[in-house]
Amino acid sequence: MTVPLLQVKNLYKTYDNEGVKTQAVSGVSFSVEEGEFVAIMGPSGSGKSTLMQILGFLDRPTEGEYLFDGNNTKDFSDDYSADLRNKKIGFVFQTFNLLPRTTVFENVELPLLYDRKIIGRDRSNEEKIKEALNSVMMEHRMNYFSNQLSGGEKQRVAIARALVNNPALIFADEPTGNLDSKSGTQIMKILQKLNNEGHTIILVTHETFTAQHAKRILYVKDGKIASDEIVKERRIARDGEMLK
Amino acid sequence: MQILNPIKISYKNLVAAKFRSFLTILGIIIGVASVIIIMAVGLSAQELILDQIRGIGSNLIGVLPGASSDDGPPAAALGISITTLTYDDLQAMKDGKNIPEVEDVAGYVMGTGKVKYEEEDLSFSFTGTTASYINVENAEIETGRFLNEEEEINLSRVAVLGSAVAEEIFGTENPLNKKIKIDDNNFTVIGVLKNRSSAAFGTSSQNDTIYVPLRTAQNLLLGINHLGFARLKVRSSDLIGVAIENTKITLRDQHDIDDPADDDFSVRDQAAAVETISNVTDVLRYFLLSIGTISLIVGGVGIMNVMLIAVNQRIREVGLRKAIGARNLDIAWQFLVESATISFLGGMIGIIIGVLFSFVISEIVQALGYTWPFLISFWSVIVAAAVSIIIGIIFGMYPARKASQVSPMEALRYE
Repeated sequence: MTVPLLQVKNLYKTYDNEGVKTQAVSGVSFSVEEGEFVAIMGPSGSGKSTLMQILGFLDRPTEGEYLFDGNNTKDFSDDYSADLRNKKIGFVFQTFNLLPRTTVFENVELPLLYDRKIIGRDRSNEEKIKEALNSVMMEHRMNYFSNQLSGGEKQRVAIARALVNNPALIFADEPTGNLDSKSGTQIMKILQKLNNEGHTIILVTHETFTAQHAKRILYVKDGKIASDEIVKERRIARDGEMLK
Repeated sequence: MQILNPIKISYKNLVAAKFRSFLTILGIIIGVASVIIIMAVGLSAQELILDQIRGIGSNLIGVLPGASSDDGPPAAALGISITTLTYDDLQAMKDGKNIPEVEDVAGYVMGTGKVKYEEEDLSFSFTGTTASYINVENAEIETGRFLNEEEEINLSRVAVLGSAVAEEIFGTENPLNKKIKIDDNNFTVIGVLKNRSSAAFGTSSQNDTIYVPLRTAQNLLLGINHLGFARLKVRSSDLIGVAIENTKITLRDQHDIDDPADDDFSVRDQAAAVETISNVTDVLRYFLLSIGTISLIVGGVGIMNVMLIAVNQRIREVGLRKAIGARNLDIAWQFLVESATISFLGGMIGIIIGVLFSFVISEIVQALGYTWPFLISFWSVIVAAAVSIIIGIIFGMYPARKASQVSPMEALRYE
């Protein structure tokens, strides 16, 4: 029996903001296999972002179990979590989070600067960066500064940055939220391509249309999973097609 | 993570925010520059004083007429004329039986006179002194010769000119054997002294003074019988204490004084005066140094302040770096290296400015005719560089720690 890439059992997350307790996630259980494309959907405040942050080791659950590759994440130190984020996980954010006044190349290089595995590198950093940029069709903008790019281009660079360490899992938090529909389509197309190439993708969105590009939709409401369905009529992003 | 990466990251951030970086390091620049200048000026001032001591001779004893308390200046120094020191006293002090430690003794009377050469009327100060002056004061002759003992006894009308006097009266003309008039008395110029480039303690006036035989000045120019003061050259500086005591005994004997409280003269050691002055400059130096230190600390606080602002401004960046795999220590290092780099950079600029400033100061002072060597101590530069790095590290620690403990998800959510 193969172990799921990630598995959560009865997960809770409570925020304590100066005495006021807010339960963002309350008793969530599910698992994601390698190669899946899962959309976590729900209205704002539903707890979907919190869930993603826990899954991405940016935050820890208050209660419950989270197994990553079969290992209980409770035992992971901060440094180990950081290394996992570096090597196994890529993040794509709604606001891109590129470093300003820094070139595209250097932005994509960033995760490599925190890569501690120096010995046994099979490819040079430059090759890795170029390959990542190539897969999002941004190699021609390599020496541009990040602030010279359009929104869609910025997000593609952000995807390249997430890709550069060849992670097993990519989290995309509202990746099309700040983009026009044409650029959004392009981003979804890239994500679908990456999934086809074997990357597991977890997409967080509040738009049904965007979510339908995934293979499976987890609907989160009030910190609980309201439904967990396979997408029957999956949308395939094509150039020229517009996102709603 | 490679060792160079934090430096690489910091460098990028510094270049990306040039103006902010410059403002941050301004305090450090000023602090380091002032420390360098203070140390350099202090060193040069000390060298100047040492030069003075060498110029006067550290083994001189001054004898002034009139009593003095140890803490106050002698009356003669305040311009009060006291007539108790005489030519006989000078002879007694010269006598090796009385003060065996003394090598030579010079007597002085001083005045100002109208000097006339051809049709030119000028006013100069003159000193009536003994032939021993040149030995006692370590003076040097440029041309001609100094006064001799025969001229002293014969009341000869001869004069030796200070270098500035010679230039003012004669210009490029050769002054030797020329006749000048001092207060309508004819004098023949027999020599010119070498220019002496040191200041203070009476030696600066050497260039501006006309020297005539002691008794000529007393009788002909001033109409007095007493001495202004006398200087004794002791054989070696460690004999000064004994020499002072023997001088006092000799003078008491000369003046029929039994009780030292009735002394009508004062004997002083010039090296002690010089020491007092260098103590004063030391105090001044430490005072300035502490000001420099304070400005360094203020500069450090400035760095801390700016780093704290930077942590807040770049909180999203911190969140992102953590999300893509930076450990807490990586973030702390990044900010620490950044503040140390800023501070070190400030230190370097400060050192350059400080050295330049010290150089300019030395050039100006030298142009004014003083011996003021351009001295930068190697250690002051090393210490300034090290201190600037240390300040960057110390004052960068708190902001770095703060940055490293930022929660990545809160940082990413921060607007």
